[in-house]
Amino acid sequence: MNVLEIRGLSVDYLSAGGTVHAVDDVSLDLRRGEILGLAGESGSGKSTLAHAIGRLLRPPAMITAGSVVYHRKDEQVDVLKLAPKALRAFRWKELAVVFQSAMNSLNPVMAVGAQIDDVLRIHEPDMSRKARGERVVELLRRVGISADRRKSYPHELSGGMRQRAAIAIALALNPEVIVMDEPTTALDVVVQRDILHEIRTLKDEYGFAVIFITHDLSLLMEISDRIAIMYAGRVVETGTAKELHRSPRHPYTLGLLRSFPKLRGPREDLLGIPGTPPDLRDLPPGCAFHPRCQSAFDDCGRVSPRLLPGPHGEVACLLNENTGVEVQA
Amino acid sequence: MSGKVVLEGRNLTKHFTAARGPRGRLGRRPPVRAVEEVSLSLRAGSVTALVGESGCGKSTVARLLAQVYPTTSGDVLLHGEAVRAHRGAAFRDYRRQVQLIFQDPFASLNPFHRVRYHLARPLRIHGHVRSAAEETEQVAELLERVSLTPTDQFMDKMPHELSGGQRQRVAIARALAVQPVALIADEPVSMLDVSIRLGVLRLLEKLADESGLALLYITHDIASARYFAEEIMVMYAGRLIERGASEELTQSPKHPYTQLLLESAPDPDRVAPPGSTRRGEPPSLIDPPSGCRFHPRCPVAMPVCSEKTPPRTQLGDGRWTECWQYEK
Ligand SMILES: Nc1ncnc2c1ncn2[C@@H]1O[C@H](COP(=O)(O)OP(=O)(O)OP(=O)(O)O)[C@@H](O)[C@H]1O
Ligand SMILES: Nc1ncnc2c1ncn2[C@@H]1O[C@H](COP(=O)(O)OP(=O)(O)OP(=O)(O)O)[C@@H](O)[C@H]1O
Ligand SMILES: [Mg+2]
Ligand SMILES: [Mg+2]
Repeated sequence: MNVLEIRGLSVDYLSAGGTVHAVDDVSLDLRRGEILGLAGESGSGKSTLAHAIGRLLRPPAMITAGSVVYHRKDEQVDVLKLAPKALRAFRWKELAVVFQSAMNSLNPVMAVGAQIDDVLRIHEPDMSRKARGERVVELLRRVGISADRRKSYPHELSGGMRQRAAIAIALALNPEVIVMDEPTTALDVVVQRDILHEIRTLKDEYGFAVIFITHDLSLLMEISDRIAIMYAGRVVETGTAKELHRSPRHPYTLGLLRSFPKLRGPREDLLGIPGTPPDLRDLPPGCAFHPRCQSAFDDCGRVSPRLLPGPHGEVACLLNENTGVEVQA
Repeated sequence: MSGKVVLEGRNLTKHFTAARGPRGRLGRRPPVRAVEEVSLSLRAGSVTALVGESGCGKSTVARLLAQVYPTTSGDVLLHGEAVRAHRGAAFRDYRRQVQLIFQDPFASLNPFHRVRYHLARPLRIHGHVRSAAEETEQVAELLERVSLTPTDQFMDKMPHELSGGQRQRVAIARALAVQPVALIADEPVSMLDVSIRLGVLRLLEKLADESGLALLYITHDIASARYFAEEIMVMYAGRLIERGASEELTQSPKHPYTQLLLESAPDPDRVAPPGSTRRGEPPSLIDPPSGCRFHPRCPVAMPVCSEKTPPRTQLGDGRWTECWQYEK
């Protein structure tokens, strides 16, 4: 069952040099209790999408089309139409966002423990002071910060510790959906693994769903149930982690997989993806990836591929449109 | 070992003491022992990686080397001479030679200035350009090097108009604009996807190769350290615990913490991920574990490990570790 349905969502930034199409006709489902990984090149629109889901975009950003539907028990809510008061309640208790800038999104003049306590006090007025204190220590422990650091101010914590404090705040109220935008970029793998394990445990306990944004595909393959790959504002492939690893179908996904330095085994040459990301104000005609694509043929510069379901997952590539199973949406 | 030592830290130690309450009315809080006795040298034309657990003191080492704040004890040496340059002309002169890329790209760019300003300023201050045309040309070239194209579009953007990875690349370009002899890069590519990351790391590698830049690469991506660094140093709870050539260190780690770190790295080719069980609490740096600081989480700890700090065991070819297992 879906907890969140994104349909045809488009977001533009209106800027002097032209309109930036940061998110372009994106449709995605988030199922209850799953971890959906979202990967893609720097600047491909991942954070913009996260902000749109949380209704956190500010001008010059503009949602030009689409809807984000949230399924409460037996009720459907269009997030993009929520009134300010309903939106505030929705944002903490039902949906929490950990920002990419989490490292400096904490309040600089308040100790981290007090910040978590504050969130609990405002949103769970029935909780006693003592219970809150215990919960603060427990949350910090879950993200691997020793309890003797709860009185530390943000500037006294390392980059990764600040990221972890922001994760603890997001977990504080057991929301239904957590959107995490590069929450672990500053964390070493051991801590990362511990935190992801905690998130999984909590997720199984409370049944929330996670949208996990990162460029680290090897990490995503391990922790996500499903993965969506974005390129230039569009979703170009979706599938389970296993499928994407075993048989990526979009040449961009394949390129991403081939650019990984490997820790074990012989040192192979890294291939990378030639060329640079496109200008989002003025996308190449046809498939936006075609100028960098090694499998491109004539039509790719003319026809814009649609995201179509295949034997597994979905892919937007003409190679697959011709050979794959074409199902009309 | 390749080139000459450019930048060196000797027995770097940093304890943070903080006042409690406004103006220290409530006395002092117990110190955070962030870095203890760390010695390292950066050589011309060579990339050294520093890896380790979040909160273990990597950024503090970076800031000490960059003279952001003074050491509690220990020395920083540039070209063999001890420096203390935290202010004024001495500091500016030091900055011309040693550049730091900060870990957090959301805090390191002035929000009121365009990208062009961030890059043109160091070019001008350090006298690398003579005319406005030359300035624009060089700014464009810097942007090109970090794949921020089309360059004319990015030049006129404000920091808030950039994505996380784009900011990180502006910060790298800004450091390169100075043409330093040593570069301390604190997680410079953490927000970049693999293909752009590869490009930026190759660029840094090339600068080391061609212009003899000495580079300290702080990262949690140990696989990228294997590919781009000559040597890797591993830090745990404020101390260096292992050092070696990157291929040897990643293929046969000696210290149990290094082994844990390598086992934990994500690897899409692995069939089953390693069991995720947290081994003990994170170490407190206010009241660090006695003896070897890793002993409470160490799967092979012996009685001596909680009593005495392990000495450095040399394993040949500059390889060493600090672990009682190897002390015979
Ligand atoms: N306020 C703004 N005005 C104009 N363009 C913007 C603005 N904010 C973002 N952009 C552009 O929109 C595009 C998408 O940005 P977004 O932050 O969503 O990328 P991202 O996928 O999260 O990248 P990263 O992985 O680097 O964080 C980028 O090309 C960025 O330059
Ligand atoms: N100004 C400060 N006052 C008090 N403690 C500090 C201060 N700066 C850093 N610390 C502490 O010193 C320790 C080391 O911090 P540092 O930022 O060097 O870690 P790090 O290895 O860079 O971690 P990360 O990988 O998370 O960035 C941490 O416990 C941190 O809380
Ligand atoms: Mg982003
Ligand atoms: Mg750091």
